[in-house]
Amino acid sequence: MTVSPSATPLLTVENLRVRFPSRTGYTEAVRGVSFTVGREKLGIVGESGSGKSVTGRSLLRLVAPPGEVTADRIEFDGTDLLHASERKMREIRGQRISMVMQDPKFSLNPVMTVGRQIAEAYRVHTKASRSEARRRTLDMLGAVRIRDPERVFDLYPHEVSGGMGQRIMIAMMLIPDPDLLIADEPTSALDVTVQMQVLAIMDELCSSRGMGLIFISHDLNLVASFCDRILIMYAGRVVESCRAGELHAAKHPYTRGLLDSLPRLDDDRAELPVLTRDPAWAAEGGR
Amino acid sequence: MTQAMIGIEDLDVTFGYGAATVHAVQNVTFQVKPGESFGLVGESGSGKSTVLRAMSGLNPDWSGNVSLDGQTLGRQRDKAFYKRCQMVFQDPYGSLHPRHTVDRILAEPVAIHGLGDADKRIDRTLREVGLGPQFRFRFPHQLSGGQRQRVAIARALILEPRVLLLDEPTSALDVSVQAEILNLLKRLRAEHGLTYILVSHNLAVVAYMCDRLAVMNRGRVVEELDVESLRRGQAQQDYTRQLLLASQGYDRAVADSFKDFA
Repeated sequence: MTVSPSATPLLTVENLRVRFPSRTGYTEAVRGVSFTVGREKLGIVGESGSGKSVTGRSLLRLVAPPGEVTADRIEFDGTDLLHASERKMREIRGQRISMVMQDPKFSLNPVMTVGRQIAEAYRVHTKASRSEARRRTLDMLGAVRIRDPERVFDLYPHEVSGGMGQRIMIAMMLIPDPDLLIADEPTSALDVTVQMQVLAIMDELCSSRGMGLIFISHDLNLVASFCDRILIMYAGRVVESCRAGELHAAKHPYTRGLLDSLPRLDDDRAELPVLTRDPAWAAEGGR
Repeated sequence: MTQAMIGIEDLDVTFGYGAATVHAVQNVTFQVKPGESFGLVGESGSGKSTVLRAMSGLNPDWSGNVSLDGQTLGRQRDKAFYKRCQMVFQDPYGSLHPRHTVDRILAEPVAIHGLGDADKRIDRTLREVGLGPQFRFRFPHQLSGGQRQRVAIARALILEPRVLLLDEPTSALDVSVQAEILNLLKRLRAEHGLTYILVSHNLAVVAYMCDRLAVMNRGRVVEELDVESLRRGQAQQDYTRQLLLASQGYDRAVADSFKDFA
């Protein structure tokens, strides 16, 4: 991708590298990833260990030491995220770029009611009154299709189901009205129908507010049907990028192998082809 | 019709007392023939895993009729039951003892059932699930997710059961590993003439693995159909049709048309 259709991209990443020291040298989780995101839906697909989540986290400088993040450039809407002060980063996190994590069990505060947590996210970034925050929170809970917002407002995270917890996190991340949302497997714990409804909410927000979205997932078909553009990651590198509609014409043997290994409703193969990994896929420049 | 391997009749499971009672499974009835693979599909909270847990004896609080190979089962299951009916769980990270080696994990059921010949059995079973003898003295943390699930399958298989109860056996795995495990389970069923009940939320996985399936919603069986009709999209109930649509990928208009089925 050179220039995205909507003039300058929201986020530009060039040659991102993340590595973690281990007893036997460094483990390189991300090895030279470059991409841009405009006001569009970008999907990052890969299997566990491909570096997709670490890529998402490093954009918000959430990779904790001893992990090391280097890049030639990470620029968000004119701000250099690599060298921004912590203070500046706090302004950006949540309000400008927010991130939905994978697991509501570990990402919600267990000793605070759901409503208070969401209202807090709103009040930190805007100078809203308590009652205004409460009203907005109830609206947002309604927007993520929680049936009885008044009741859910006063529940603790352990009292809600996984699907509801995920929707609560999405509500919390969307309430400050960010420009870019990084969603790390936001729907993989949800039922298919709920998953579709949550995606519809994010889709709606992207198109109505012009929000950019980085959607990290392991589900190829879902990403192909939901996003505009897809990056496929393998062993810390982007092995292929394509428009979502053209995924089924993907060329890289890894992408092809992943697509083939999915069971499908519309064919009855006696055996699923198993992916054989070629060490050349992981090699630098082996694209 | 030949005698059913698994018969479940009017199964009811409730949790909690008084006003907090949750009727998790209501009036569930189905039969599985010997050698058949039966899928239970539904969303979370539909009661599909609860049916499996009642069948396996993990949840003793149920009412109705449950039978295995013509024998009616009580609440308390004996050793002979577990010899014939074993379960594989969803999360291979949680279902293996972290401080037992693969050898010890596999030796335990052999010792409990007094089968003897543990050494040969472990060796043979490990080969059957596609793990070489070099995996025998490893701990679970030294294995990948797919390898762990193979060990969990080996643990169930080592007793040479007739029935395997599979509770979302691949939903914690990557798609390429999922393909390997599904192929393995399919091959084992053909080789040993096993009967499966597979619980899954993934219709494509059920279509690949099963002959027939039941769709559950809010504790009830909505519809029972064979995989051919599922593949052709010939579902009778709106709920099943909605599930089918949802599993075909994201579509804005379709997502907006979804409704709740009571």
